[in-house]
Amino acid sequence: MTANGPQTVASSESSGSATDAAMTDDAPLGSPRVDDAVIESRDLDVYYGDDQALHGINMDIPERKVTALIGPSGCGKSTFLRSINRMNDLIDIARVDGDLYFHGKDVYDDDVDPVALRRKIGMVFQKPNPFPKSIFDNVAYGLRVQGKDDGDVEKKVRTALERAALLDEVEDQLDSSGLDLSGGQQQRLCIARAIAPDPEVILMDEPASALDPVATSKIEDLVEELAEEYTVVIVTHNMQQAARISDKTAVFLTGGHLVEFDDTGKIFENPESDRVEDYITGKFG
Amino acid sequence: MSSEPLDLSRESNDVGNTVDKAAKWIFFSCALVTVLTTVAIILVLVDGAIDFFSEVSLVEYLTGTEWNPRDSADPSFGVLPLVWGTMVITVGSALIAIPVGTLTAIYLSEYADERIRSALKPTLEVLAGIPTIVYGFFALSFITPIIQLFYPDVGVFNALSGAIVVGIMIIPMVSSISEDAMSSVPDSLRNAAYGLGATKFEVSTQVVLPASLSGILAAYILAISRAIGETMAVTLAVGMLPQITMSPFAEMQTMTAYMVEIGTGDASVGSIGYMSLFALGLTLFLMTFTMNLGSMWIRSRYREEYQ
Repeated sequence: MTANGPQTVASSESSGSATDAAMTDDAPLGSPRVDDAVIESRDLDVYYGDDQALHGINMDIPERKVTALIGPSGCGKSTFLRSINRMNDLIDIARVDGDLYFHGKDVYDDDVDPVALRRKIGMVFQKPNPFPKSIFDNVAYGLRVQGKDDGDVEKKVRTALERAALLDEVEDQLDSSGLDLSGGQQQRLCIARAIAPDPEVILMDEPASALDPVATSKIEDLVEELAEEYTVVIVTHNMQQAARISDKTAVFLTGGHLVEFDDTGKIFENPESDRVEDYITGKFG
Repeated sequence: MSSEPLDLSRESNDVGNTVDKAAKWIFFSCALVTVLTTVAIILVLVDGAIDFFSEVSLVEYLTGTEWNPRDSADPSFGVLPLVWGTMVITVGSALIAIPVGTLTAIYLSEYADERIRSALKPTLEVLAGIPTIVYGFFALSFITPIIQLFYPDVGVFNALSGAIVVGIMIIPMVSSISEDAMSSVPDSLRNAAYGLGATKFEVSTQVVLPASLSGILAAYILAISRAIGETMAVTLAVGMLPQITMSPFAEMQTMTAYMVEIGTGDASVGSIGYMSLFALGLTLFLMTFTMNLGSMWIRSRYREEYQ
């Protein structure tokens, strides 16, 4: 192990088990523990029917930082992302073993309501998916279902659009359909929709993969800004993107294994794993 | 490569070309049969209706409140009692089929797991395949006796029993077409709402339902036109007494039931009673045709575009 190998850190708000759980054999290379973890994954396995999509994932996600999950197609990075806010619950055949702690609370405990969890952990999807409603109603939707529409909804909607760097472009057409926007604008609308109810964590599943380079760079700028207020976890198969915008990088390789997790600079300049180095330098994947 | 000389001429593919041409004409003539039949039906209806309206004024037909074509001394041809009978059955059955069918569709599309859906959907489709005369007997021998348990004075033939049985009959139509519309709403929209912390009920009612509204409304209209045109069940269940009354327990007669009554031998060809069949047939045709136009308009007006 190197100097920045696993650290033994006790986060004070943690209700115990997360920090007590020793890293197992599945511990990835690098430094899978961080000081200010919001989310702690411990031996997390995910199965789809008989297929195991994730094998004993152990890693921490730091607060108000951008954590990138990279790896080739089918490596389980999206599955891991979706297990954080329990979107995998919506897939009949998905099954989860192990623990995933959010502020020290295992989100897979019986008493956790996935609906309440998703109100704390927002999500932006690979393909822009605005509702067939007006731009305003799209952003207001989360406020309404979460009962946060009592105050000044208009102000909250405008703030969210502003933060998503979209307000200037749509200010005069808040009543027109969200589907009339361009792909890049739609994706920023979806980001505005996700941040309007003010979640703590934003999960992004390849949010720029369906967009052109200009729209992509706007999304990337936005992600970095969002990390000032939110914890961002972003899945990407674009390594340059991960290198540009993330603070921490987790490399998943085929078969659903987390191979290495560390500071983004370390991963891209001097990874411990030869396989990660091969992947980063484009030798496979 | 082939040693034969290159031949790209049309003659080289004579057989293929002939089959292709013949096939086109065969397919076209099959399509033509349907179109010609429709045109012929309209012509026959209009022709007979013209004869009828040369003896009965259009005003009397459309505004008269008494339908009594068999009184040879003083026959009356006010269509309103028959239209009333038809409307009572249609509205009554829609009041049953629309809520039950829509909720069934939501259940099947959003709540039921694959095992239940694969059992329930075929069952509903069997319901749609039962001959309508069987529904008529079901009304007479099952629904009416139940109504009579609560209201002993109700006669064998009554509008309520007919409305209930037609309502049951068209539930599969509402639920099946609505379910298709809801299932075609992309999962990305559901995920967007779930990701924002919406409950299943909110996703179903606030996202899926509005997004599939055009298909659902079209289902309602198709089901309603089916109820308007429904014949055998209402002939058996509702009775043969054309009258305008507010009581759902009264015997009534629908337009279709009257046509069965006259069409099964009661009136001689060329008599005024016989000719009234064409006027009624044309009226029914116009009613269902309007509904179908409305359904097409709604589909195009409220269709949502997805990428």
